[in-house]
Amino acid sequence: MSKITKQDVEYVAGLAQLRLDDAAKERLVREMGDILAYMDQLNELDTSNVEPMMHAMEMTNVFRQDVVEPSLPREEALMNAPVHDGEYFIVPRILEGDAS
Amino acid sequence: MEFEAVVGMEVHVEINSKSKVFCGCSGNFHAAPNTNVCPVCLGMPGVLPVLNVDMVNKSVAVGLALNCTISRWSKLDRKNYFYPDMAKNYQISQYDLPLCQNGWIDIEVDGQTKRIGITRAHIEEDTARNTHTIGGNQSGVDFNRSGLPLLEIVTEPDIRSAKEALAYLTALKQMLQYLDVSDCNMEEGSLRAEANISVRPVGQEKFGTKTEVKNVASFSGVHKAIEFEIARHIKLINSGGKVVQETRGWDADRGITVPQRLKESAHDYRYFPEPDLVPIVVDEAWEQRIRESLPELPAARRSRMGTQYGLSAYDANVITLSQDTANYYEQVVAAGADAKKAANWLMVELQSLLSAAKQDIRDCRVSPADLAALVGLIESGAINGKMGKDVIAEMFETGKATQDIVNEQGLSQITDTGEIEAIIRQVLADNPAQVEQFRSGKDKVFGFLVGQVMRATQGKANPALLNDLLRRELSRQEN
Repeated sequence: MSKITKQDVEYVAGLAQLRLDDAAKERLVREMGDILAYMDQLNELDTSNVEPMMHAMEMTNVFRQDVVEPSLPREEALMNAPVHDGEYFIVPRILEGDAS
Repeated sequence: MEFEAVVGMEVHVEINSKSKVFCGCSGNFHAAPNTNVCPVCLGMPGVLPVLNVDMVNKSVAVGLALNCTISRWSKLDRKNYFYPDMAKNYQISQYDLPLCQNGWIDIEVDGQTKRIGITRAHIEEDTARNTHTIGGNQSGVDFNRSGLPLLEIVTEPDIRSAKEALAYLTALKQMLQYLDVSDCNMEEGSLRAEANISVRPVGQEKFGTKTEVKNVASFSGVHKAIEFEIARHIKLINSGGKVVQETRGWDADRGITVPQRLKESAHDYRYFPEPDLVPIVVDEAWEQRIRESLPELPAARRSRMGTQYGLSAYDANVITLSQDTANYYEQVVAAGADAKKAANWLMVELQSLLSAAKQDIRDCRVSPADLAALVGLIESGAINGKMGKDVIAEMFETGKATQDIVNEQGLSQITDTGEIEAIIRQVLADNPAQVEQFRSGKDKVFGFLVGQVMRATQGKANPALLNDLLRRELSRQEN
């Protein structure tokens, strides 16, 4: 039983700014449905005595000290930008109020 | 219908660590565009962020000062959205396990104390800054701000008016400055406030539909924006309309809020645990170390200084507004000045000089010892209050010592009884008509006669002594 609809796929694709053709959407309806079905299967297990795993790594508290290290030269920082003016990365005009 | 407002605040504070939160780039605000950047804060693929321990320490300090529970175990998450100010298309933040939770702060409104609940305070990274000054259909992006340590502090919907919101921000800013974790400069964006605002009929439990106001660059702007929104909601409801849940920006020039265009899906952030950063475990010992390192906080200092120096609630409040002022005051008193008089000279004369010069008390050329000496000279009657004002202005300007200025300007007050009496007799002889008026009951003339004597002494007569001697002389001559 697939819980995923075509609308779900389109919504998630929209959030990820992906353009999908119909074949890809149909494939993803199936694949994402399979993943959720697998989750349902896991949910059948009794995990009441199992500590929740919050992170894939066992490590905790990996920090850096508050020390300033050299930054990139600006030319290098801007080097990969499609458009820059030597100071700023240039992007299509950002409309006031578009921020989330 | 009577309405009441329900307001919750979200405040973003840039923490003053030397380096960024996940990389070693400098946190210097004023650097040339895109000079404090590296692959991590530019969002290059394949880089590994590492958390700055200073950010954890300072965030825990804020949490403790706000009476929060510090999470023994917390983690960082990715908040996903697309925007040109965020190169990697997610912001590292904290979602369901914030570092600090369930605290409170007391605020003062119209002499009443009110407790505002703090829902949470969590670690995140700042985004890049956009400039719109670039011509045409383009914007420039500066990544110096990207990755600066940001603490987001969220209140419960406990605030009921614009005034309370302002009091909350004032108290929070004071606390942050006492902790020395941020310069809290709203104009420069190191403290940013957003308000969630709704109204409901008085007595109704259920919240009304809220709007969120952003883009406010000053405390007074927050006050005005909230007042505007509350009035707008009430008017809308009273005219049969409905409040639409939306984000609005504050237009300071026009004094109104305007809707911001947002995609419907903009708030679906699809948080998930940040796989590149491991969980933060703050054990009891670590928490205790930070607790012990906390300075005396505003409320404690206010009440201690009020009691210790016999200050009124108002005076104690003004003097402890900033730690620097409170420290300065305590040094003046420690140097031997009368506590009450020191408070007056600090709050009135010195403060007005500082405001006029737009100067911080830390840079003030009048040392606490000099102010204490000045207060002492006035108390002993060596100079009068009016001279004191000239002296403090001169000290403020030149940084010279009190006694040097008094000596140089020949400001010493005349306290020689005989000298003043001689002048009084002369003045009375010169003004027989006024003396007659005084005798016939016109008390006001006394002030005129005092003025004449003061003028004759070029303002140097000790006023209390002059008053005494003049009365005595007038009644002596009458008999």
